[in-house]
Parts: sequence; C-alpha cells; structure tokens
Amino acid sequence: MASARFSAGDRVRVRKAAPPGHVRTPFYVRGCTGAIERHCGSFGNPEELAYGRSGRPLQPLYRVRFLQKDLWPDYRGRRDDVVEVEIFQHWLEQA
Amino acid sequence: MKKELGSYQPLTWFQLMEVSLRELLVEKGVVTEREVEAAVEDMRGRGPERGARVVAKAWGDDGFRKRLLEDGTRACEELGLDVPALRLVVVENTPKVHNVIVCTLCSCYPRMLLGLPPDWYKSRNYRSRVVREPRAVLAGFGLKVPDGVQVRVHDSTAEMRYMVLPMRPPGTAGWSEERLAAIVTRDCMIGVAVPRLP
Repeated sequence: MASARFSAGDRVRVRKAAPPGHVRTPFYVRGCTGAIERHCGSFGNPEELAYGRSGRPLQPLYRVRFLQKDLWPDYRGRRDDVVEVEIFQHWLEQA
Repeated sequence: MKKELGSYQPLTWFQLMEVSLRELLVEKGVVTEREVEAAVEDMRGRGPERGARVVAKAWGDDGFRKRLLEDGTRACEELGLDVPALRLVVVENTPKVHNVIVCTLCSCYPRMLLGLPPDWYKSRNYRSRVVREPRAVLAGFGLKVPDGVQVRVHDSTAEMRYMVLPMRPPGTAGWSEERLAAIVTRDCMIGVAVPRLP
C-alpha cells in the first residue's frame, strides 16, 4: 500500500496530464489547485483494475476541495462556493 | 382482416449490449439467470424511503446525527440498513451551507439508500452544468439558494457515495420519525430540493 502523503488542509495541485485509459480524475480539475478535505482511505487503482489487473499497491484517495473561482474564472456566485472531488494520490502534487 | 400484432421496437444499442453480456456471463457460468434476476429485484426494492428513514432518525437523535456525519456507512448499519461495498459520506445542510451531489464521470449514486437514480441525474446536461453553474441549475429545480449561503457541489468520482442531510423544516416539533420521513424526498437527499411541509 502506498503511504498517505497528504492530510486535511494541505494545498495540492492536480497533475496536468492526459494519459489514455480508464482515468477517474475529471478533466475540469486537472492542473488546478485545491485543499485536502479528508483522506478517504486506500483503494485499488481504477486505472489498473479497469484492465483486469490487481490494482495494487492500493492508492490513498482524498477528497479535494476547490474554489469554484479557481476552476472557472468567470464563475458567477459566491467567492467561497466550492466543488469537492475524489482524487487518487498519484494525481496530486504539493502546491 | 388485419391482425393486431403490436408495434415492434428494435433494441437500443445499450439494451443489445446488456442482453449479449448477460447471456455470455450465464453461458460461461460466471452468474446464473436466477442471480441476475435476484440482483435486479433487490435493486428495484430499494427506494428513497430508506434514505428518508436515515434523515428522520438524524433529525430526532443528535447522537445518531453526529455518528452519521462521522461515518455514514456504520451509522446506517445501526439502523439495519446494509450499504454493501460502499463508503457513505453524509453532508449536512446548515443555514450557511447548501450541498448538492453529482457524478460528472458517469452516474454514481447512493443506490443502497435512494434506489435507482432519476434520468435527469444521469443526463449530460445536469452532470456538466451543476459543477459549473450550480446556482442556475438549482434555480431550474425551483430552488433559489440565498446569496448568504455557500454552495458545495460533491462530485462522486471514485469510491465514496454521498447523501445530503437536509435541514429539518420549522413547524415539525414533536413529529414522529414516520411523519418526518414522509417529507424527505429523493431530491432533498440529492440536494436539488429542500423539505417542505405538505
């Protein structure tokens, strides 16, 4: 199991990458910066599981909180409106 | 005389894929027809009244409410509700925060508590817009979120499933759990509506 590198409150950036295959990191948050809301535990890597492989080592999964205005520069609404997205650790880097 | 034979509807692509996959799995002995039927029946038997029961319990029992927000799966097990192979995250509406759930990648949904998702939940329109302009989407459902309230959108992209714990409406003091549960609709637990008195 990969060990958890982040904890609640840490600032993280989602990798800006577009690998082929079954990826569960939505495009709209790639390259964006947010904060860890919570560590959800560790789970099989869906990018491996989708092709019949073991999904190991298990990957830590986090809920990452993004400010809407950081995702959509023209966002109309409160400045503190947020979107929270589950993202696996291998998609995150320290911001 | 012309006989009425009814109208023939060809299978859609997805229906055809479902039949083909199911027949292959049965043929290869991975599952039996009976198991498939039982799973379908089980899914049909689940409806939003299960989630409503959880909400009503949380409204009346603050200790349960805290445990529910702490660990949704375990709290549901307390009520005898199995939430198989899933981690439930319950998000609470407050006078300052309104929550709404979506799955932008497919249609992940807390089926064990709410049953099958409505068609609009799976639509490209809802999935793409609610993370982009949630206030406009909610207004489309007839829900105007006040300017003083923060909107939190929860995108279920991986292992967690979400349910919104709505605010208990005023005027319901002393109500039984059954009576409370009756005003908690599916849409309230997705976050596109709030409970209203009949």
